[in-house]
Amino acid sequence: MARYIANKLFYTLISLFILISATFFLMKAIPGDPFMSEKKVPPAIQERLYEQYGLNKPVYEQYFKYLGDIAQGDFGISMKKINQNVTDIIKDTFGASLKLGLVSIVVSVIVGVALGLLAALYHRKLIDNVAMVLAVLGIAVPSFVVASLLQFVFSSKLHWFPTMGFKGPMYYFLPVAALSAQPIAFIARLTRSSMLEVLHADYIKTAKAKGLRWYAILFRHVIRNGILPVVTYLGPMTANIVTGSVVIEQIFGIGGIGKQFVQAITVRDYPVIMGITIFYGALLMIARLVTDIAYGFVDPRIKLTGGKGD
Amino acid sequence: MKKSKSLLLLLTLVLAVGTLLAACGSNDKNNGASNSGENAANSGEEKLAADQTLRINLSAEPPTFDPAQAQDSQANTVLKLMYEGLVRIDADGKEAPGVAESWDVDGTKYTFHLRKDAKWSNGDPVTANDFVFAWERVLSPNTQPAAPYAYQLYYIKNGQEYNEGKITDFSQVGVKATDENTLEVELTAPTPYFLGLTAFYTFYPVHSSVADDAAWATDPAKMIVNGPFTLTTWTKGQTIEVSKSDNYWDKDSIKLTKVNMSLVESGATELTSYRNDELDRAGHPNGEIPTDQIPIVQKELADEYKVKGIASTYYYQFNANAKPFDNVKIRKAFSMAVDRQTLVDKVTMGGQIPAYGYVPPGILGASGEEFRKEHDDKSYFQENVEEAKKLLEEGMQEEGYTKLPDITLIYNTGEGHKKIATAISDMWKTNLGVDVKIENQEWGVFLKNRQNLDYQIARGAWSADYNDPMTFMDMWMTNGGNNDLGYANAEYDKLINEAKASSDATQRDTNFAKAEEMFVKDDMALMPIYYYTSVSLEKTYLKGVNVDFSGAVDYTHAYILEH
Repeated sequence: MARYIANKLFYTLISLFILISATFFLMKAIPGDPFMSEKKVPPAIQERLYEQYGLNKPVYEQYFKYLGDIAQGDFGISMKKINQNVTDIIKDTFGASLKLGLVSIVVSVIVGVALGLLAALYHRKLIDNVAMVLAVLGIAVPSFVVASLLQFVFSSKLHWFPTMGFKGPMYYFLPVAALSAQPIAFIARLTRSSMLEVLHADYIKTAKAKGLRWYAILFRHVIRNGILPVVTYLGPMTANIVTGSVVIEQIFGIGGIGKQFVQAITVRDYPVIMGITIFYGALLMIARLVTDIAYGFVDPRIKLTGGKGD
Repeated sequence: MKKSKSLLLLLTLVLAVGTLLAACGSNDKNNGASNSGENAANSGEEKLAADQTLRINLSAEPPTFDPAQAQDSQANTVLKLMYEGLVRIDADGKEAPGVAESWDVDGTKYTFHLRKDAKWSNGDPVTANDFVFAWERVLSPNTQPAAPYAYQLYYIKNGQEYNEGKITDFSQVGVKATDENTLEVELTAPTPYFLGLTAFYTFYPVHSSVADDAAWATDPAKMIVNGPFTLTTWTKGQTIEVSKSDNYWDKDSIKLTKVNMSLVESGATELTSYRNDELDRAGHPNGEIPTDQIPIVQKELADEYKVKGIASTYYYQFNANAKPFDNVKIRKAFSMAVDRQTLVDKVTMGGQIPAYGYVPPGILGASGEEFRKEHDDKSYFQENVEEAKKLLEEGMQEEGYTKLPDITLIYNTGEGHKKIATAISDMWKTNLGVDVKIENQEWGVFLKNRQNLDYQIARGAWSADYNDPMTFMDMWMTNGGNNDLGYANAEYDKLINEAKASSDATQRDTNFAKAEEMFVKDDMALMPIYYYTSVSLEKTYLKGVNVDFSGAVDYTHAYILEH
């Protein structure tokens, strides 16, 4: 187990290094720089700015300096947000994204699994049909459409929830609903098909034949086995929710990290672009790792042993 | 069979509920509108609301509140609330006393007499030395990072030399505090618009405590300001809030107690939020009402819809070095073949004014009247399809073309720019029979191409830095930093240089008019399209919001009526 994790961590670090290098050079390859503007600044001032931020040096030199800095945990200072630390910017803005993302993940899993389970238990009944229609809608309709519709109906027309901002519990409902719609649909379908399969498995018949009570069968056998595909999906879903919230954040005016990222790219704020990229990258890789490990716990058939047989 | 039936039923239900909701909603809205109309009719006199909190939205978070580093209109809006310069611009666009009670002007020498009761938000008096400190900070080559707008202070004697490191002794720069309350400023050349410039944020005073603390302008606890409001909350990415200061010398004239600013980038969300009564004002200059919504709000919210001309010009620029626009007749043909009135009526829809000149309305001329009224731009050229066709033919003959080279028009990505480009290329197709390819480019890429003269026709726009034709005219001098046309005209340079050295208002005016005529009428160096307007929505209970000639908004003297 420890060996497996060490192995995985090693590859994660290599991936991060590749990510950093590729992003750095691609970023430098985009035309423009942080100090471009429609109203040009006199050349003397422009040059001083380049010098102060080390942009007058060759790109490879800037690259090695950057690697050295992040090795010491220094992510630098934003070139546009005067005198603000990249670490602070991430800290300040990730909070909102994280809260929104966590709530959405929890909501998605609970609602998705419940819907899928009900659909499987009442296979080909009304509940099943309703759940699956909702699921198809959820998968087919992009989240920004869901977001705009929710905003229109529940905020503009019914005035139940505020349109924008992120100042309290009431502000969670609409963005969470918009963000969870797709994962709920996906999880519901996954759960349903996997549950159906499990329900027809021999060991369930055996359990029934043994005279186990229905809830014991349900919780000990059906759910535990039927939920496996959902666990696999958790990794990519976390990734999707955390990164995919850019559009939702925009629509509901939530100042999360996604908005910062897009803005940083537009104004070529190099240190912020790098900082958030690394942060996102690390986050996704960790999510993956955790999923892999969790899988081992849920499914005893899978042994995490770094390649060697147990 | 059974399954599909229940599916259908469900869909029908969804649709029915949806329609019902929509219907309820529109009823609500009608009632709301008629109610507010009655209220307005009943209230004869102005009665202040108990809660004087103004709620607005900034579509981008200001990168800093350090006046020396600020560069954008969002920061400008907030800085105007928190700071006060030597003078302030009043509702009529005139210079009014700010920290300076009075001033004497003697050619290039300005003496400002500062009021004794001006205070910083921590209670310290605002002195002449605070201005010297702030201006030195802007100009010093050691400031980290370098102040990008330092060139706004180049009018001051030796300001540019000190900034470029050519002289190292700040006492040689033309700004001096002769005592606590007297500030003497010496300029390089007579600059008729200098007084107005001292109301601009780069000229604001800064409290000397900031010298030891690089991060002061990002932290509400550390910001010491001298204006009517102080920064009380800044939740990064979410909200900014300023509250009325007790130490501002003229606090009795300030009625707002708080200004609450959300930071939402989307114009559509801002509008929804405004219509939902979560904002008191929306639109220009801190946000933008989506073009497709303008005709709707114009009709539905007629009382709240505000349009004001501002001193900015939208144009397409020709690259004078690129084929086929190195030929003046071809440039004229393209310009004359565009129906600007139709464009502003049907495409931009914000009440913009068709432009035939370069200097926009709002910029004052010598007589104190608008420059544009003194010199009618209709005399430069007129739209005329027949004439345009003839000119195109002549131009092609001169260049020996049987067919025009491929032409591409570039613009920076944006829904509005795209609509305009599509409409204009369509007019060229219909009127001249010319196919022009339109291409959108990401902002940085676009800027680089334009500045490197790597284009044939490109979108362009210019806004005023100060209220004088110079802010538009000096950019097209040969090899000027912002001259991305490749325009070079010695005669034009001569006229502008003369105006720069002159303090004679009439002569400056004549020179500007001559230069502009040469630039537009004779050379058609660029194709003016329209003069910008500021389109906003303002609740009827919100009063005293001032949008100046350049489109900058001043909320300091706003107030909210009972509603």
